[in-house]
Amino acid sequence: MSVFDRFGNWVRGGQVWGSVFRHGVPRDRRTRAMAILSNVFLHLHPVAIRKSGIRLSFTWCMGGLTFFLFLIEVVTGVLLMFYYRPTVEYAYFDIEGLRAHVTLGLLREMHRWGAHAMVIAIWLHMLRVFLTGSYKPPREFNWSIGVILLVLTLLLSFTGYLLPWDQLAMWAITVGSNMARATPLLGHEGPLASLVMVGDVPLVHAGDDARFGLLAGTFVGPNALLRFYVLHCVFIPVVATILIAVHFWRIRKDGGVSGPL
Amino acid sequence: MTMALPSGGLLAASDSNALKDFINLICEPHWFFIISCAGLGVFLAGYRTLTKPAVAWIALVVFTLAYVLSALDPDFRSIIVKPDNVPITIMMYLVGFFLWLAFRQAAVNDEKMASGRPLTEAGSDDKVLVWPDLVYIELIALVFCTVALMVWTVILRAPLEQPADPSVAPNPAKAPWYFLGLQELLVYFDPWIAGVLLPGLIVVGLIAIPYMDKNPRGNGYYTFVERRFAITTFMVGFVILWVVLIVFGTFLRGPNWNFFGPYEYWDPHRPAALVNINLAQIFWVQMLGRGIPTEGFAFIPHYVIRELPGIVILVFYFLVLPGILRRTVFNRMGNQMGAVRYHLMAQLFLWMAFVPIKMVLRWTLNFKYFVAITEFFLNF
Repeated sequence: MSVFDRFGNWVRGGQVWGSVFRHGVPRDRRTRAMAILSNVFLHLHPVAIRKSGIRLSFTWCMGGLTFFLFLIEVVTGVLLMFYYRPTVEYAYFDIEGLRAHVTLGLLREMHRWGAHAMVIAIWLHMLRVFLTGSYKPPREFNWSIGVILLVLTLLLSFTGYLLPWDQLAMWAITVGSNMARATPLLGHEGPLASLVMVGDVPLVHAGDDARFGLLAGTFVGPNALLRFYVLHCVFIPVVATILIAVHFWRIRKDGGVSGPL
Repeated sequence: MTMALPSGGLLAASDSNALKDFINLICEPHWFFIISCAGLGVFLAGYRTLTKPAVAWIALVVFTLAYVLSALDPDFRSIIVKPDNVPITIMMYLVGFFLWLAFRQAAVNDEKMASGRPLTEAGSDDKVLVWPDLVYIELIALVFCTVALMVWTVILRAPLEQPADPSVAPNPAKAPWYFLGLQELLVYFDPWIAGVLLPGLIVVGLIAIPYMDKNPRGNGYYTFVERRFAITTFMVGFVILWVVLIVFGTFLRGPNWNFFGPYEYWDPHRPAALVNINLAQIFWVQMLGRGIPTEGFAFIPHYVIRELPGIVILVFYFLVLPGILRRTVFNRMGNQMGAVRYHLMAQLFLWMAFVPIKMVLRWTLNFKYFVAITEFFLNF
């Protein structure tokens, strides 16, 4: 027995290791089941799973990769928040300084490309689920949650697009948010909005319509930057996290990865 | 107008220019759209043959060759090397690969079912332990994903343009790439339809899919024969109305949202000599040879009379057509679904079909609105 094996056995036999991992080395059926059951992260999984459900050509692992990319976005995003101030005075130059002066300034690249990759991954996940008919009973509700998560992913990417506060950001968000002023009844250029008035006073105008609610102003300005920052860093991620939890839990409750009935 | 310099290489300059002109031509909206739809149709009709590995390899090589040779053209290259357009190249390859993977397995399963053999996914009672079989697959997938993302991170810088300036509007001003399909719809629909109603219907429609699809077969395995209608409809939505429109909006829409061929210089001064006409104009002026009605009749306002032909067509399309389809092509499906499900499905389906109908009418007849009640921004 080499010195490394003896050291390994000494570590695994000690009180510290035993307090963290409450099972032996996963080499037999019982300890392998314990490895899943006694770990808060791994117990997202069942102990045993349908053989066809783990073939890579069946699942493409796209749902898992979408979640993994979400985690990468959370980690890189939190690190970016140390350097970035969501005000018109600082936002652009913080990003510029990040790439020029900060060690590991590549984090912004990873955050941005990870976001694009997440959008692609979640589409492919939806494609896979559709083409295997996995939305069919009993998984209808989980598909619906998945659609909401897809929308949230797009909104996360969209709100993040504004934060560098460069020309690309500002005008892409201008194009996107201009749609909101055409909301029926709620946008000042939307159909029927001109009918909503008290006497001669229009109730829906540029200063209070749906677009104003989104941007906190009539143009993409400082208020919009702050609003998108809070939506991007706090509100949408929290909602997405809750729905991801429900999504995963329902996979288990609805019978695990789908297969022929 | 082709301002691209002859790129040399495999083809002589004149051949190369003739080929580029031809490709620019077939990328014009109506050809691009027709060829995409025809391509999808051929793929779905011949999926058993077309997904054979040899055919897939040829398709991959041909596409890559065309893409790489196209990148020799300075105008095309300037579009694909934009950092935020790189995901679109990645997406095209991934969507192509996974469509192949899915339909290959569907072809294999469909052949197995035809000859009475068990499905690839059969044997649902065969269970394996998650540790180690699944957790190691997951670990390897995460490692590959991380490595790919790191490589992408190191070799490509995230874009950072000039500081935001509300007084200098870029031309074209494009939405983020995943919304370019919706931005393309703005050409054919008013903003409240393209930007609010249609996205809303997309989300509602996607959520409603499992509640409308009462076909009990094809649950949990790849197949096409058992779910032809559902898969074809979804493929039209996913491939044509989503991916193809994004590719179109990225590569072929230039300044002023004008169409430009892939090898054309984005000339911001190119005029758009399009005069679009409404159905009222076609009906009252061109067909009846009289003026557009400006007078109301009794209690009916003039705009209702003016837009009567369009109103009749739309009422027929959205209210009468579902009933006709119910008795004909959707007969069996309608019986399976019941009235409420069927009419929900029919409305969503007809709205989805309304998009390409209006696009084709615009490209062929310069058609603008069926109904244009501009008095209330109510234009369809």
